[in-house]
Amino acid sequence: MATPTERRLPQYRPDPDGTHPPLDYAPYRSTALRHPTQPLVLLPQMLTEVTGPLLGPGRLGELDNDLTRQHPGEPQGQRIIVTGRLLDGDARPIRNSLVEIWQANAGGRYRHTGDRWPSPLDPNFDGLGRTLTDDDGRYEFTTIKPGAYPWKNHDNAWRPAHIHFSVFGAAFTQRLVTQMYFPDDPLFSQDPIFNSIPDEKARQRMISRFDLDRTEEEWALAFQFDIVVRGREQSVFEDEEEDE
Amino acid sequence: MRLEGTPSQTVGPYLSIGLPWDDGPFVVPEGTEGAVWIRGGVYDGAGNPVPDAMIETWQADPDGGFDHPDDPRGKPGDPFRGFGRCPTDAQGQYRILTVLPGVVPDASGASQARHIDVSVFARGLLNRVVTRIYFEDQDNAGDAVLASVPEERRDTLLAKKDGADYRFDVRLQGEDETVFFAV
Ligand SMILES: [Fe+3]
Repeated sequence: MATPTERRLPQYRPDPDGTHPPLDYAPYRSTALRHPTQPLVLLPQMLTEVTGPLLGPGRLGELDNDLTRQHPGEPQGQRIIVTGRLLDGDARPIRNSLVEIWQANAGGRYRHTGDRWPSPLDPNFDGLGRTLTDDDGRYEFTTIKPGAYPWKNHDNAWRPAHIHFSVFGAAFTQRLVTQMYFPDDPLFSQDPIFNSIPDEKARQRMISRFDLDRTEEEWALAFQFDIVVRGREQSVFEDEEEDE
Repeated sequence: MRLEGTPSQTVGPYLSIGLPWDDGPFVVPEGTEGAVWIRGGVYDGAGNPVPDAMIETWQADPDGGFDHPDDPRGKPGDPFRGFGRCPTDAQGQYRILTVLPGVVPDASGASQARHIDVSVFARGLLNRVVTRIYFEDQDNAGDAVLASVPEERRDTLLAKKDGADYRFDVRLQGEDETVFFAV
């Protein structure tokens, strides 16, 4: 017999089939030895799963959301503003929630010891940022448009330009790491990571929208990218919750 | 209004420029009474260490509570962070300093065994995989989740005593593959 309090835990519905990539995806070669082969075991959503870290402003430095001002000089490349909202699948904004990004510089090079392809590092660009969403779930970064970069997955393989995003949502079930792409990238067709998403419409949701309204004259282009994490199952308590 | 979800993508090989925090491995500060290290490695299907992975942990405080609005038993303002994050090093190893979580009820009100929820991210993982850490020296009888796991695989979920600390390895594939959950 369930206790009244436990019965009222929110439950998070799965995203539709095709929204997320399979763990075993041969065209992305690194999945071969890293995907589990045993069936996943169903974990009911209990207290540990429907709660999650609520990481506040203590995590942020003053310039963490402006990747162009973290050094004395300006980085090379096209200055861009990236904005969007963090929402759940029921369009509820996720407030005061940590958003983390990392990316290559304008030439497609990461500030990482493992990245050695012959494109120069930029002394004025680290490529990492953090911010908190506001009361409407909005976030904003100022950064540099990242370049494409080669990798060794297949012959003449190039990653389309992308920014890595990490969000927590409000529950362990909502944790998400994704990549934001740019409109009309000619490299999409040969990229197995982008194409690992089975549903064509879902794949398109990873592509940001050019946002003329948010551009700043003689300063920066702008792109808009909303991130949607899992929504809740309808429950018999739904009306009651809305009243609280 | 319903919105369609954003797909997951891999963290890629360079997650360590963006995601590690200096205090990430410290769910509790060093010197906390009862603090234990959980150390382990992440391994691929060939048994090789995975040097570009990251472990995240989420757990109740020692009294079994979560500082979260959806825990009806929670304690607002509890300074216990509950969250740990550690990338793997060149040898595929991670470590988290924490205290044992308290006992948390399941949906029927029965007690779950002490557990920590874990997300594993890595290059080559297009989505995170989720597992749970239980503790070999704790009372795990009667835990409905453990009981739902095929008996011969339960051992992969048990952190092993290692002196005063614990060891918990993650095997993404192959013999002794860790049990992963759909949540
Ligand atoms: Fe990348």
